[in-house]
Amino acid sequence: MARKAPEINAGSMADIAFLLLIFFLVTTTMDVDTGITRKLPPPVEDLEQEIDVKERNVLKVLVNSRNRLMVNGKFVDISMLKETAKDFMAIHPDNPDYPEVQPKFIDELNREVMTSKGIISLKNDRGTSYAMYIAVQNELAAAFNEMKNELSVSLFGIKYTQLVNEDKIKGINKAIPVRVSEAEPEDIGGQ
Amino acid sequence: MSKFKTKKGKGSAAINTSSLPDIIFMLLFFFMVTTTMREVTYKVKMKLPEATEIQKLEKKSLVSYIYVGPPVNSKTFGTNTRIQLNDQFAVVDDIQEFVANDRQKRPEADRQKVTFSLKVDSETRMGIVTDIKQELRKAGAFKINYSSRRARDKN
Repeated sequence: MARKAPEINAGSMADIAFLLLIFFLVTTTMDVDTGITRKLPPPVEDLEQEIDVKERNVLKVLVNSRNRLMVNGKFVDISMLKETAKDFMAIHPDNPDYPEVQPKFIDELNREVMTSKGIISLKNDRGTSYAMYIAVQNELAAAFNEMKNELSVSLFGIKYTQLVNEDKIKGINKAIPVRVSEAEPEDIGGQ
Repeated sequence: MSKFKTKKGKGSAAINTSSLPDIIFMLLFFFMVTTTMREVTYKVKMKLPEATEIQKLEKKSLVSYIYVGPPVNSKTFGTNTRIQLNDQFAVVDDIQEFVANDRQKRPEADRQKVTFSLKVDSETRMGIVTDIKQELRKAGAFKINYSSRRARDKN
């Protein structure tokens, strides 16, 4: 009968594991990266060529260096921006005060939906604070998300955020495209 | 000389610690899986703005960061807003090179999928952010993310 190998002392195993644990605790981070994702437009090659957009189709949002907000020439509080944007982007057929509407057949939804031709044009000063800019972007994103939610509920009976079907998500995104255009930078109000 | 007698058999029995390494290893693996390596040491202070309509950045390997804010070491570097790329301070003109270098490091298939996350202090003026955005546009990096924290409910 072969002799048994002597047992290895595992008493310090816990210490080694603790050491590793503390090393990983110190060198790693746990924060999840969250934020507002946006797509930048490609650089404009010649500024001469202006894109013709009708006046009624544009909602002009201006933020000045004192963080005051102006929507289509009127001072507006930030708390009102979401409602204003939603009202502007909603479908108002045959109303000349609102953007034009256009029927569009969307394959993914297999039906024709009315889409608004409205564009929200966002312009800020170089002196605007970043917090204010994000607040404005956030309110505009909220307006679009709410409209997507409403469309999704009316079509499928569930919220947009709970949709799992890729086609349905794509269809809704096509029916309500996020149209926030940022103007070429320029100073619009003194420091 | 029996004053310092060792008390035998009277004290409570030693706790069996043979499963302690297993417990610690479990914790270790938990942290290894849920966390990611710290990539840079922050040289600028950032208090990120709050927002409600935020999305998670899914693939951390496809994200590059640009940090903007006042320097941590304000005695040496002052309090003016600075840009940090990788581990050092940079100026706006360095961004195109930074984007090009970043592309070089990645496999060809991933190059167009990279998101640039702007971690900007909320007190910053928009001028510098606009300049960064213009440089990113010129460099052909169109996917950006304004890093922000989830706002706590105001109610």
